[in-house]
Amino acid sequence: MAAARRDGMAMRPDHNHNLTMSRRGFLTAAMGVGAGAALAACGSGSGGSGAKVTIRALHQQQAGYSASDIQGMTAAFMKANPNIKVENTLVAYDALHDKIVAAAPAGTYDVVLMDCIWPAEFAKKHIVADISAKVKGLSGLDGIFPGAIETAQYQGKYYGMPWLLDTKYLFYNTEMLQKAGIKPDQLATWDGVKAAAQTLKAKNIVQYPITGSWQQAEAVICDYAALVGAFGGRFLDDAGKPAFTSGGGVQALQFMVDLVKSGLANPAARTSVEDDVVKTFSQGNAAMALNWTFMYGLANDPKQSKIAGKVGMAHTPAGPGGKAPGVNGASALAITSGSQHQDAAWEYVKYLTSKAVQDKFATSSLPIWKASYDDPAVQKAGTPAVVAVAKTQLQDMILRPQVANYNSASQQLQVSIQKALLGQETPQAALAEAANAFTASS
Amino acid sequence: MSGAVVAPAPLTGPQKRPWRVRTREARFATMLLIPSVVVVFGIVLYPILRTLYTSFFDVESALPGDFPFVGLENYGKIIGDGAVWSAVGRTAYFTFFSTALEIGLGIGLAVLLNAPLRLRWLFRAIVVLPWALPTIVNAQMWRFILNSEYGALNALLTQLHIIDTYQSWLGSPFLALNMVALADVWKNTPLVAFFLLAGLQTIPSDLHEAAVVDGASVWQRFWRITMPLLKSSILVVLVLRTIEAFKVFDIIYVMTRGGPANGTQSIAYFTYVRAFSDQNFGYGSALSYLIVIVILVLAVFYIRALRSTTANEI
Repeated sequence: MAAARRDGMAMRPDHNHNLTMSRRGFLTAAMGVGAGAALAACGSGSGGSGAKVTIRALHQQQAGYSASDIQGMTAAFMKANPNIKVENTLVAYDALHDKIVAAAPAGTYDVVLMDCIWPAEFAKKHIVADISAKVKGLSGLDGIFPGAIETAQYQGKYYGMPWLLDTKYLFYNTEMLQKAGIKPDQLATWDGVKAAAQTLKAKNIVQYPITGSWQQAEAVICDYAALVGAFGGRFLDDAGKPAFTSGGGVQALQFMVDLVKSGLANPAARTSVEDDVVKTFSQGNAAMALNWTFMYGLANDPKQSKIAGKVGMAHTPAGPGGKAPGVNGASALAITSGSQHQDAAWEYVKYLTSKAVQDKFATSSLPIWKASYDDPAVQKAGTPAVVAVAKTQLQDMILRPQVANYNSASQQLQVSIQKALLGQETPQAALAEAANAFTASS
Repeated sequence: MSGAVVAPAPLTGPQKRPWRVRTREARFATMLLIPSVVVVFGIVLYPILRTLYTSFFDVESALPGDFPFVGLENYGKIIGDGAVWSAVGRTAYFTFFSTALEIGLGIGLAVLLNAPLRLRWLFRAIVVLPWALPTIVNAQMWRFILNSEYGALNALLTQLHIIDTYQSWLGSPFLALNMVALADVWKNTPLVAFFLLAGLQTIPSDLHEAAVVDGASVWQRFWRITMPLLKSSILVVLVLRTIEAFKVFDIIYVMTRGGPANGTQSIAYFTYVRAFSDQNFGYGSALSYLIVIVILVLAVFYIRALRSTTANEI
């Protein structure tokens, strides 16, 4: 049904109808068709078959690219593809998943931004289309970071094209560290971070040296994931059974609990998401925090930060086993299965994820393409300090479990982590409770 | 339906019009009614019935498809789900706490606003402001005020030397629930006050004047004259507020998202999470019917109470 309504097919009845029209009408129409054909020949691809189509895209507010970046790329795309009109909607991350789900039956959006934890669910529930053929047809697919490409896949099929590549880094306040006589090298391990925090607290340089985004939200899972990876834990074992209830999974949560108990971590971290971390850190109320790349720009902006120019950025610290993966926070652009304009939507996705466009907007978000990181123009645009650390950190990332009931399982895990952080339950007991959610309905 | 519309037409006297005219009028009236029928059916009745239908199936996708009929299984699951009952418990606490405070404060405010003060219009305008704010804005504002790092409440209380260190107001489950309830009280007290102010203004002033002549004190007048005559207004506003508070969603969505550790998860928020985040639409539909049933019970109970008080007055 969807295929019959695609652009190419829709042209035919109009064309037949034109044959019976007056001569002038026929000529005008023929010229129109001719112009359309000429445009198609110019290489605007399958979207340029003559009929003007409108596609709607659902983006995320404050996710690497700013609203004006997205508007800018979209405008450039429409200029290059005059037959495709794109209407963008931007929503906050916390509303994105539910909006995609709620809009699915109506087919409101053609292109949606899909976080790396949703492909399993969206694929299983047929909310987004399998675009394996389209993605595999792209040249230079192996030039994309593996960590980016795996987030668009589920069971070997592509359900999107990776677009935003991000991970959490360790940010630190260089001035505070200097005052306390701590060398940034010390922050290469979590033990070093803890020792640094103890020094900072003992010397009264900052009341709570560490903060984090540990609110009951996906944000807390991201920080926890980085720690699970560092402590050598895994979310699921090879059989898909929860594996975070022992070993690294428990140690990671115990580490967080200890930080809160000993007053090294800010108790307010339990009510903070990433934006709150930026504010606390920018106000000079924290010395160290994990956060996404976007904090570098905001904390260095003198208009909204008291510590501009004093922001250090490092790899996520390593755990006892020497592992230091960042949490995989990539997002992909997916085409909804209800979209009537799959080809036009793909043109748009292809354009936004292309190396040229990503390189141009590297200041806001670093490209998915490995080659970009050696390009001097991109290094300059993406801030050399960020690109240097990103280049290696992006090679090693931990992916949150790809299960179809991820959302409900994640909520249970969030509640469990909070219970442990509030001291209501031991990490061991809290995580065992969450494990049930992963097994109950996977 | 069209018959009902024609009924009020004059049926007596020589003006009685021929049936042709009447049917034309009836047809015209029906046409006029169609839009509202469509609206009422389309956006009120259809979703209500559709939700009921969905609640008997195991619907786990937003898209159409074949979903197994499960009868009353979803309702059975609700009864056995501990998380539902703790959400109901929290909602009941929220409802009781916020409604009681709103009514208490509302009565006080209404009496003050009814007093013959100078600039009374100005006070009334100021008092109505919190209610004029959209809930989302109000919730965001309180999120800022209660922020443990840069929130105004911490700054105020430390400067007044009431607390020594900054508190994390939304950081522990029970405290957070109370704080969310207080934010709700701040927003909705003006509404209660204005309802009651309208009630106060219907109390004839000569009752008070007569009581003054008889030597009644202010308190006596308040308890013997104002309160009894205000009772039906209070009941109306109590019905409204209880039902609204039981459905609380938006203020929680913005302020805490149900956290910490589910401490502020109301039944409406719980339903939303089950239906949309988990895509468990069958279960979510059954849950929303549970809310409807609770509210219907409350409404019947209140209407009974209202009827008996009005009967007493007559």
